[in-house]
Amino acid sequence: MSNYRIQGATGDWEVVIGLEVHAQVVSNSKLFSGAATAFGAEQNSQVSLVDAAMPGMLPVLNGECIRQAVRTGLAINAEINRWSRFDRKNYFYADLPQGYQISQLYHPLVGEGTILIDADEKAGIPEAKHIGVERIHVEQDAGKLMHDQHPTMSYVDLNRCGVALMEIVSRPDMRSPAEAGAYVRKLRALLRYVGSCDGNMEEGSMRADVNVSVRRPGEEFGTRTETKNVNSVRFVMATIEHEANRQVDVLEAGGKIVQETRLFDPDSGTTRSMRSKEDAHDYRYFPDPDLLPLVLTEEFIEECRASLPELPDAKRARYIEQLGISAYNADVLTAEAEMARWFEKVLDNGAEPKQASNWVMSELFGALNRLGKGIADSPVSPPQAAELLALVADGTLSGTLSKQVFEIMLDTGDSPAKIVEERGLKQTSDTGAIDAVIADILGNNADKVAQYKDGKEALFGFFVGQTMKAMGGKANPQVVNELLKKALNA
Amino acid sequence: MTNLTELGVAALRDGFRAGDFSAREVADAFNANVAAAKALNAFIVETPDHALQAAEQADRDRSEGNLKPLSGVPIGMKDLFATKNVQTTAASHILEGFKPQYESTVSGKLWSAGAGMLGKLNLDQFAMGSSNETSYFGNVISPWRRPNDTAPLAPGGSSGGSSAAIAARLCPAATGTDTGGSIRQPAAFTGISGIKPTYGRCSRWGVVAFASSLDQAGPMANDVRDCAIMLENMAGFDPKDSTSLELAVPNWEAALSADLKGKKIGIPKEYRVDNMPAEIDALWEQGIQWLKDAGAEIVNVSLPHTKYALAAYYIIAPAEASSNLARYDGVRYGLRNLPDGAGLQDMYAATRAAGFGPEVKRRIMIGTYVLSAGFYDAYYTQAQKVRALIARDFERAFEQCDLLLTPTAPSAAFALGEKNADPLEMYLNDVFTVPTSLAGLPAMSVPGGVDAQGLPLGLQIIGRALDEQGVLNAGLAIEERAGFTARAGKWW
Repeated sequence: MSNYRIQGATGDWEVVIGLEVHAQVVSNSKLFSGAATAFGAEQNSQVSLVDAAMPGMLPVLNGECIRQAVRTGLAINAEINRWSRFDRKNYFYADLPQGYQISQLYHPLVGEGTILIDADEKAGIPEAKHIGVERIHVEQDAGKLMHDQHPTMSYVDLNRCGVALMEIVSRPDMRSPAEAGAYVRKLRALLRYVGSCDGNMEEGSMRADVNVSVRRPGEEFGTRTETKNVNSVRFVMATIEHEANRQVDVLEAGGKIVQETRLFDPDSGTTRSMRSKEDAHDYRYFPDPDLLPLVLTEEFIEECRASLPELPDAKRARYIEQLGISAYNADVLTAEAEMARWFEKVLDNGAEPKQASNWVMSELFGALNRLGKGIADSPVSPPQAAELLALVADGTLSGTLSKQVFEIMLDTGDSPAKIVEERGLKQTSDTGAIDAVIADILGNNADKVAQYKDGKEALFGFFVGQTMKAMGGKANPQVVNELLKKALNA
Repeated sequence: MTNLTELGVAALRDGFRAGDFSAREVADAFNANVAAAKALNAFIVETPDHALQAAEQADRDRSEGNLKPLSGVPIGMKDLFATKNVQTTAASHILEGFKPQYESTVSGKLWSAGAGMLGKLNLDQFAMGSSNETSYFGNVISPWRRPNDTAPLAPGGSSGGSSAAIAARLCPAATGTDTGGSIRQPAAFTGISGIKPTYGRCSRWGVVAFASSLDQAGPMANDVRDCAIMLENMAGFDPKDSTSLELAVPNWEAALSADLKGKKIGIPKEYRVDNMPAEIDALWEQGIQWLKDAGAEIVNVSLPHTKYALAAYYIIAPAEASSNLARYDGVRYGLRNLPDGAGLQDMYAATRAAGFGPEVKRRIMIGTYVLSAGFYDAYYTQAQKVRALIARDFERAFEQCDLLLTPTAPSAAFALGEKNADPLEMYLNDVFTVPTSLAGLPAMSVPGGVDAQGLPLGLQIIGRALDEQGVLNAGLAIEERAGFTARAGKWW
């Protein structure tokens, strides 16, 4: 249970949060037309007659969008409705040429499911928690108005108009901004694993309507407000933070919360009223008579199921149980599909899982952080990483040497073998050479040798350091240890 | 030489094939009739060049032995079908000047079959009306008149331009669309034939939508055979229309047969409505005799929910229309009315106020009302239940019979202006045609006789889903026996 509370003047308040996430479906064409969906195309260059709502045009369902939504539903263990239907949501706006959005109110494609958010003590999520998903329905996106093209007129770009969205509606199961943040992150990760949405919130392909209410712990739900189109995890959390505190202030001042739609202002971190319930549109939903009910066969659903990749929860469990990777490492490595894919390519190239996971977590992440890069732009490829790890495993490189080689890899993009070869960074176990260096060092430090022999054993490290230094870091540390012991005890 | 405009589709096609005349001669003859019939106001746009081009192509094709099903046949196109680069208005000011960059599937099929276009036919605005009095481009005047009376009569609606043009021999056939009777009632009013096929037979793609779940294109022509020929060239699966039926198009013309032996014809008792003129009742009785004569057995059946059909229809059709017509907003095409200093909402209001006629506005308001929060279940949901019950009525009736025979309309053509005062009275015109539309079944009207004033009366045959053949065959049986030869005297 979340113990997140807003401390009001009159006592503690609990926050209740539900999220409606709009996720743009990955597909080459729109939900009901053949127009392309690529982001950033020239304005109005991806508009079909259907999207522009020319007279007599009719929608034809794009099966790929349905497949993606069903796969998403299966990924959250949701009920897939064998019979669903499209409804028209009627309202007038310049970004909506048809005068209605084709959506699914009465019979959504996907029913009840659940998303597991992991425990995160630091963030105030003491234990893992299941967040209910009430439904996922499929609908059309609207176009985009541009108000900066002309002094007195607005322009409209219909490229996005008709692009498929999944609206993923959670239960009001979240109780803190952290839980909501974790939910959005987990949902985004799942969508990326499934490949049904690219999850790029900054490009608008994922955005959330945030429903917030407050109540005394354990009491009935309070009146909620809905803040529309919040487009980052941070803003979702900020919206909740602000909105919950605002509501507490209103209630404690003896006021009432009005059910209304609000907007989040990223600059001030606050929300403001957009329209109240009284001004709410009457959308006059009714079944779209241009479309037949959508009936799914068991075969289709099984195909969707079979096409799913291993999902993060299962992957995490496998990493821990079968690969012997620590729970923390497994969390991090499975959090994003792209990360897991990268890591598994390292394993596919022969690396030992535990060694590889530790290396990725410390060396690779350290380097990427320093370079300000994501895993997708890593200058080192998984096969190169595996090669580096192999050179460590077979004793060619010491830990120190491997770090040097890795740095050079990051700079040059060269393979580790080439770097070792060209720069002579190979670790040596040549006992003759090491013995000679040891003899020199012991000879030059007779006083310390005497102290060591008198029992000051800590000096052993000093001798190791001197030897390694003299060997240019290339000596096999194990061999150095053995030979030093032998020499000192002689 | 034969007066070519007296010929129907089959005769034109066959005569052209036989080399009796050229397609050019046919097009010239009909173009001339069209040009001389402005008084009927049947066309919104005349396209003589389109007809001539198709004719010249047909003549070339014939010389190369490359005949198409409708080579040599010019037709009229209801102005609800989008025609590429030719103004398409749905008879509304809001689409005045709109020239689509696309061709509707049905019109495209007809052109591919070799037909030429004489023009875009007038209709009730957005196909909403039963008398052709709601067109922005003026009333269509029926070629028919009462004896010794010059009062203009209604050609029926909404396909009133189509019916008037065929009855006046301005075109041998035309497309119509039927949402609640818009092919059958005007056919009955003007003494021609028209068939509304099973919902889904003809693609709706490129047809300006009125009520999507009811709209269905079909042909109107002088006789049953011509309807069959036209329908064969209009129907067919279209992947661009999700409600289109994925079925092969039967060879209806080849299978025409007036022999109804073994067929059972149902007579629904609920269609004997109050105040129905005795002449219509008599014609119905006559129709029964004709079908018996053709070998059919007559059975009495019941369609118990018929009395709710009109009410359900006038909820469902306006509901869909209120949404379908939302796209006419002045933003992308057609009329834009932008008063000084107007914002978006003002522009919508001004454009739609100026662009839609009163009947269209009435239906948009009815539709908006019945879909609004708090009323949806009482109206729309209830109407859908009624619709299901009506469909079930037909299913049950068709357990006892193969076809149904009813009058097409409760009266002969009325005078323009006669039924304008009360919209409900106008709506009652559709009382016999609406139930079939709600059930999506094929139905046709064929002329059966004339009333005491010499005005045509139609009989309606209703079939099981997909049994256009049965409908056409019964229509043919009536046609052969009715020997309907009455014609509107030429006054225009």
